[in-house]
Amino acid sequence: MTGTDTLTPTDTGRSSLPLRAPQLPSYAPALAAAICFGLSTLAGLLLGWGPIAIVLLGWVLLVLGLPAWSSAVEGSRKATDRLVTTVAWSVFALAMVPLVSLVYEVISRGHGVLSAQFFTYDMRGVLGEGGGIYHALMGTLIITAMAAIISVPIGVLAAVYLVEYGGKNRLARMITFLVDVMTGIPSIVAGLFAFALFTMIFGPGVRFGIGGAVALSVLMVPTVVRSTEEMLKLVPDELREASYALGVPKWRTIVKVVLPTALGGIATGVTLAIARVAGETAPLLIIVGSTTTLNLNPFDGRMATLPVFIYSSVTTGGKYNLEQLDRAWGAALVLVAIVMLLNLLARGIGALFAPKSGR
Amino acid sequence: MAKSIDVSDLNIYYGDFLAVQGVNMTIRAQAVTAFIGPSGCGKSTFLRSLNRMHEVIPGARVEGKVVVDGQSLYDPGVDPVAVRRQIGMVFQRPNPFPTMSIYDNVLAGNKLNSKRMKKSEADDIVERSLRGANLWNEVKDRLAKPGMGLSGGQQQRLCIARAIAVEPQILLMDEPCSALDPISTSAIEDLIHELKSDYTIVIVTHNMQQAARVSDDTGFFNLKGAGQPGHLVEFNPTKKMFTNPDNESTEAYISGRFG
Amino acid sequence: MSTTPTRTPTRTASAQPSRRGDAVFAGLARGAGLLIVLALAGVAIFLIVEGAPALGANEEQLYGKESLTLYVWPLLYGTLLAALLAILIAAPLAIGLALVISHYAPRRIARTLGYLVDLLAAVPSVVFGLWGIQVLAPTLFPAYQWLADHLGFLPFFEGPATTGRTIFTAAVVLAVMALPIITAICREVFLQTPRTHEEAALALGATRWEMVRMTVFPYARSGIISGIMLGLGRALGETMAVAMVLSVSGAVTVNLISSQNPSTIAANIALNFGNASGTKVNVLIFSGLVLFVVSFIVNFLGRWVAARGQVKG
Repeated sequence: MTGTDTLTPTDTGRSSLPLRAPQLPSYAPALAAAICFGLSTLAGLLLGWGPIAIVLLGWVLLVLGLPAWSSAVEGSRKATDRLVTTVAWSVFALAMVPLVSLVYEVISRGHGVLSAQFFTYDMRGVLGEGGGIYHALMGTLIITAMAAIISVPIGVLAAVYLVEYGGKNRLARMITFLVDVMTGIPSIVAGLFAFALFTMIFGPGVRFGIGGAVALSVLMVPTVVRSTEEMLKLVPDELREASYALGVPKWRTIVKVVLPTALGGIATGVTLAIARVAGETAPLLIIVGSTTTLNLNPFDGRMATLPVFIYSSVTTGGKYNLEQLDRAWGAALVLVAIVMLLNLLARGIGALFAPKSGR
Repeated sequence: MAKSIDVSDLNIYYGDFLAVQGVNMTIRAQAVTAFIGPSGCGKSTFLRSLNRMHEVIPGARVEGKVVVDGQSLYDPGVDPVAVRRQIGMVFQRPNPFPTMSIYDNVLAGNKLNSKRMKKSEADDIVERSLRGANLWNEVKDRLAKPGMGLSGGQQQRLCIARAIAVEPQILLMDEPCSALDPISTSAIEDLIHELKSDYTIVIVTHNMQQAARVSDDTGFFNLKGAGQPGHLVEFNPTKKMFTNPDNESTEAYISGRFG
Repeated sequence: MSTTPTRTPTRTASAQPSRRGDAVFAGLARGAGLLIVLALAGVAIFLIVEGAPALGANEEQLYGKESLTLYVWPLLYGTLLAALLAILIAAPLAIGLALVISHYAPRRIARTLGYLVDLLAAVPSVVFGLWGIQVLAPTLFPAYQWLADHLGFLPFFEGPATTGRTIFTAAVVLAVMALPIITAICREVFLQTPRTHEEAALALGATRWEMVRMTVFPYARSGIISGIMLGLGRALGETMAVAMVLSVSGAVTVNLISSQNPSTIAANIALNFGNASGTKVNVLIFSGLVLFVVSFIVNFLGRWVAARGQVKG
């Protein structure tokens, strides 16, 4: 390599043009990573270390080695840049570890128990092997659906109020603020709220599905309001004005022009909100309780739900612990699958309507 | 000492899209060279390829040669960071760093290279650069105030001060006055005139009167057609360009806009 | 219905014949908005009404504690300790992650990466709990033993390490759960850094990291803080993961790797609610009220910082 070593300006520096700076080849990071992890694997095998220690050593070597190499060749500024780049990417890899591990464990431990019986039986009278999650599955579907039925109209209408009617008045500002606050409500507090509410109405010890739906709505409404609001704001004013100019009243403009234009985005937001509450456990534990038998009536008595089923299977110990754990992992696999499918669906809807919503 | 730039057979791509095709020119040292042409003709893209700033946009690449002081900017050994350090740039919208004071804005580039600077040395650079940008008298009493508090024209001169503080060889200006009022514009034009004794200046402008006022040489860029790449139609001394251009389309463009 | 405030003149259409339709629809929309206000007021009111009897609870109803303060304090301590520890882990990771997605990864890969992080956010908390107790706790247990053996002189690692179900494990699970929120907010604000500022830094000859430090971080400071606050809010209120992972004793300690751990408010409610009756329920609801107030304050601060940052531009 030819050229000047430093970029530091000198008093006479303007006469020459230090454009060339020694640089590491483009494959340097990959080479460094290969060498560092190769060395650590070698050391690890010789010393009989576990895989975590090997990766850790390799990483330390890389984080020290690559910047040191770069510092020797390219100077300290480039070395810092490479150090940060390495750290940033390793942070990313580290953050992916839980996700990969979780997905792997859920699938590998959960798939064994899946069978036709698992989906069609409840847990009545089952102690050891056997039984299924039919009751919990139905409970989750019913309660989540009811939560959606409660919160979607409220959320969408409230967003319509904020965007189309409220402007910047006091009520609108207050709603915006409270919606922000509500996004941060701990889910267990939502459960306590529903419990307190229905205790005051029906007396102590009340447990039923609709209470869970109300609690989930408290968690779901803010998400729906937020996403709908975003989408309505994206609808260009020209569309509204064009409709007014045709003599269409405001409410019909909203229903026939504004909402359909934003429909894709709203549907995405709603689906994501459903996905979020479908996995909620704490509020259901408090107000819905759990049961081993199928109960399809959300207005009467305890219902089983998938999250609570998983929780109670893990926490009730005893003789049949292993069978219970198997079922918990199976149910977790089903729950994760439902939530991921809802997410994919939301993305699908989003992609389908994307050109119209202008994003 | 300022440097000249030799461009030969330069093609600029964004991904597969050829934005600018086959540019050949020599930009003289210690002179002002202006690029004019209709919107989207690639004059700004071409300007950004002169200090490898176009690479910031993903997928952008270049074929051909840009040679400064005998060194090709696109040789494998060349470091884009060093290139930008030597070839400064002023942008269309004034962009002082919002979180820094006027003082720190001027020194932003210098601080990258030398962590520890003597206070006197730093003060020196700030004063010299601000004087060089004709801004010193207006801001000397409020150097610690944020740069965003200045007017648009002052902000742009602050950006010029920041660019010349690192003592580059060449100064690229991408429509530096398009966001400014006429009085600020005239202040910047005066400044460009003064700076040319120390720097090679390349300026892109949509304002042909400005090109006529400040530049020694002018290049006219145009599109070959809709969806076609931009190319250099004519490159001549400004005087000739505006009185007796070689190319008919240059004449049409200039007269059309002048009238 | 002339009180309906329509102060957006550009959007007001005056079509006489369907006045009633407009009034009804506007009323519905307003009603939905009011319902949200009522619901949140309801959350506060019902928690206060049902929590108030706890002030008169006796020692038996307070699970053997002499006063309500003595009962709630260890729980609050545990909540704050676990949440703060989680944020300590999650915040640097989230900032790095957001930086990778916004500025380091090529654009096409960045989208996939963002999607992966969103997936992490979608995993139900009970599944995180299951993973925490079954996978993470046994994995971390040897590390705790090592820490207790070699760094046992530090109060945090005093040990004895007898289980993986420690407050540190719970904090790691909470960190994983808070990570997507903080990342999403940081990514958003990082991407909002004006391009002109970034180009100004690059044109001065800044490396990528110098560009980030000169333009992205200063610009995003309030966004980062607000993201961290909101992540903290999530960690404070998370129930199931902690309830499942943590081995609880109610001790107030800074020892992070022993089996003697303070519980958190949310987990404590989840664990005891099923068997509680009478005033004990009120005691638990009271602790829920405390949690509500704490997470309200944290979230409020987060929003406030974000709003202030936006004004500054």
